[in-house]
Amino acid sequence: MSVIKLKRGYNLKLKGGIEQCEVAQNEAVSSSYGIVPDDFTGIIPRLDKKAGEAIKAGEPLYHDKNYEQVKVVSPVAGVIKEVRRGERRKIEAIIIEGNGSEECVKHDLSKPVLDILVESGLWVMMRQRPYDVVPNPAVRPRDIFVTAFDSAPLAPSLQLVVGDKSKYIEKGVEVLSSLTDGNVYIGCDNNDMAIGGAQVNTFIGPHPAGNAGVQIANVKPVNKGEVVWTMDIVTLARIGELFTTGKVSHDTVVALTGECVAQPRYVKATMGCTIESLLGSDINDNSRIISGNVLTGAKVGANGYLRAPYRHITVIPEVNKPDEFMGWASLNPNRFSLYRTFTSWMCGHKDGISMDARVKGGERAIVRLDEYDNMLPMDIYAEFLIKAIIAFDIDKMEQLGIYEIAPEDFALAEFACTSKLELQRIVREGLDRMRAEMA
Amino acid sequence: MKFLRKYMDRVKPQFMPGGRFEKLQSVYDGMETFLFTPNTTSHSGVHIHDGNDLKRTMITVVVALLPALLFAMYNIGYQHFLAIGHPEAAGTTMFVYGLLAMLPCIVVSYVVGLGIEFIGAQIHHKEIQEGFLVTGILIPLIVPINTPLWMVAVATAFAVIFAKEVFGGTGMNIFNVALITRAFLFFAYPSRMSGDAAFVKTDAIFGIGQGNVVDSFTGATPLGQIATHVGDTLQLNDVVGTPITTGDAFMGLIAGSPGETSMVAILIGAVILLVTGIASWRVMASVFVGGLAMASLAHAFPTPAYAASMLDPLAQLCYGGFAFAAVFMATDPVTGARTRIGQYIYGFLIGVFAILIRVYNGGYPEGAMLAVLLMNAFAPLIDHCVVSFNIKRRLNRITTK
Repeated sequence: MSVIKLKRGYNLKLKGGIEQCEVAQNEAVSSSYGIVPDDFTGIIPRLDKKAGEAIKAGEPLYHDKNYEQVKVVSPVAGVIKEVRRGERRKIEAIIIEGNGSEECVKHDLSKPVLDILVESGLWVMMRQRPYDVVPNPAVRPRDIFVTAFDSAPLAPSLQLVVGDKSKYIEKGVEVLSSLTDGNVYIGCDNNDMAIGGAQVNTFIGPHPAGNAGVQIANVKPVNKGEVVWTMDIVTLARIGELFTTGKVSHDTVVALTGECVAQPRYVKATMGCTIESLLGSDINDNSRIISGNVLTGAKVGANGYLRAPYRHITVIPEVNKPDEFMGWASLNPNRFSLYRTFTSWMCGHKDGISMDARVKGGERAIVRLDEYDNMLPMDIYAEFLIKAIIAFDIDKMEQLGIYEIAPEDFALAEFACTSKLELQRIVREGLDRMRAEMA
Repeated sequence: MKFLRKYMDRVKPQFMPGGRFEKLQSVYDGMETFLFTPNTTSHSGVHIHDGNDLKRTMITVVVALLPALLFAMYNIGYQHFLAIGHPEAAGTTMFVYGLLAMLPCIVVSYVVGLGIEFIGAQIHHKEIQEGFLVTGILIPLIVPINTPLWMVAVATAFAVIFAKEVFGGTGMNIFNVALITRAFLFFAYPSRMSGDAAFVKTDAIFGIGQGNVVDSFTGATPLGQIATHVGDTLQLNDVVGTPITTGDAFMGLIAGSPGETSMVAILIGAVILLVTGIASWRVMASVFVGGLAMASLAHAFPTPAYAASMLDPLAQLCYGGFAFAAVFMATDPVTGARTRIGQYIYGFLIGVFAILIRVYNGGYPEGAMLAVLLMNAFAPLIDHCVVSFNIKRRLNRITTK
């Protein structure tokens, strides 16, 4: 147990946070559910069920092309309504119409642990470094890292999302320990967490302290040739539950946050439920609904579905100041900036920062110094790594630490970037190409 | 601003491909983004972006340069009226004189530089980039006031094309564009760039400041005097032969390149750059430390053969373009070292080389410009070395397991 202090990073205090940290009794009632294959990076979907077929909760919807035992499962019992396809017949979403029954798959716990896990649908909630993809079941990880808090702007308290499943956490650690020769590390943000069988580290510092990548880098960095798994504590608790009761629960708690939510709150819901069922009257035309946080979340429409990791919705204005006249010369203290080139640094922002989705500038070459390094508490020369990725110089990428990073680690740097580069996209494409190259 | 928005929307089709002015599309886009922050919203990655962009960054540097610019205008007038024997003339007259003297140079620098940038942007179908906003104001501040405008135009064109556009534009250049302009002038027209005729404007402008120069007028800058100095005792004078002190150099009412004379104005700019966080304090501080170290070393062994070694270290920093180079040139993030440790090394060596060249190289009375250009060339090497330590550390993790 050690305390690790991180200095770099920034806590964005946006408007629309949840003040009272208690789970509302309200439950979102949704008639249909959507599973989006893009959420499970690294899996090439091969359908197990066709449209029109009946399905139980926990029954596989599709499996991975390369490792057939890895399954993505349905969160509810019902009928598959539609397999939505996009360009080149890519599966964009699988829509399931719930029938309200509690019918679900019960796993036989006498089978090997790994077999149960890949079958259960919880496997795809985990990620591996390198490449930030769903883990390869054929490789035994060096260590397993579990993050017990989400430090992103407006993020829900993971303790609340875990809720009464916290009793399964120790069982989950026990299960995971059998899958690695190393340790199960848990990173939390307060000291009073003691979990048997796991190495608990406390991280004190601004976002991205809660990112698994940052925690790994400050505990035991990933080297070339090594594999570690990462997940959040909610998944860990679900794994514990699975190996205690034999069932996977698909219920979750979702934080509805952001400037455009009239009353930011927690609601109970089921994975993949509709956005409409969660937000109801909070939906309006000039708002951007994000499933996840403002840095790494996915843009979903009012008719979209809750996306993995199924716990957070943020709604912000799309454009709150159209045709802003000479915005670059603005002296308005409400125009928030991390930098003191604007007047906003002189104000306290007591009510939180108001931010819309505008990019507020054109894409340029990297000019300012230290922008990325200040936002990334890892021993990595972020700017040099980004340049190596853009140039796709494999040797340099390896040398500069591409195996240690995930796109989410660069999210805050992307927010701060004066040159408005799409860092997460650059990193994601770099990781994908690298993975293809190394396969 | 509704009418302006409507007007811009109305003329827009003419600038789009197929329109009458499609060749000016970049110019139109540039104007539009200048007038109105684009409504474009993010479509990948983060959903919110910091309010700061390169326009704001560059304009802040221009603001930081304003004290030096305004003082330069006043000082040009002051030096002129001192030379014609009327140091008692009204301050506003001096300022107006200086303004009129500098304005043509500013206009030429911006028109030529921005013109080339606009053409470049149109050829590559890219957005117009903001880099020249700063370069365009740096050039008039570091070029001697008596430089003919056509020389400024040729040098600016050379620098923008060969030091910047060929490398890919703003953010891609290896050498500081403003300093390339200065270096081009310095090596192409050496007789007009130094000596007694370059730094003090003596003729009247639109009838302002008429009169003949006094007999004792020399027009030599302090560093010019040092370069031609013989003898054991060093006494620097102003343009009409009155002795000056380091204090005068600190205030800036001495002859020299327009923006470089006043330490006070430069330090105000430095504060703006450091508070806004645009310039690296690591670079800025280490240039001064390096300069002070080298100047102290030189001053410890004063020799009449190298008259500049007789200046005390603080005076070294106040005279010439040292402070200006430290605050505005060395801190250019694009051409400097980008790693933190690298910034210390880069800055320190600029300081050392600036004084080294100034003191021990008779051919160049001022070394700051050449020192910055030299270190521009070495900045990637410094970064390479610093980054390679990180790479080694990463490799060691595997081998020492």
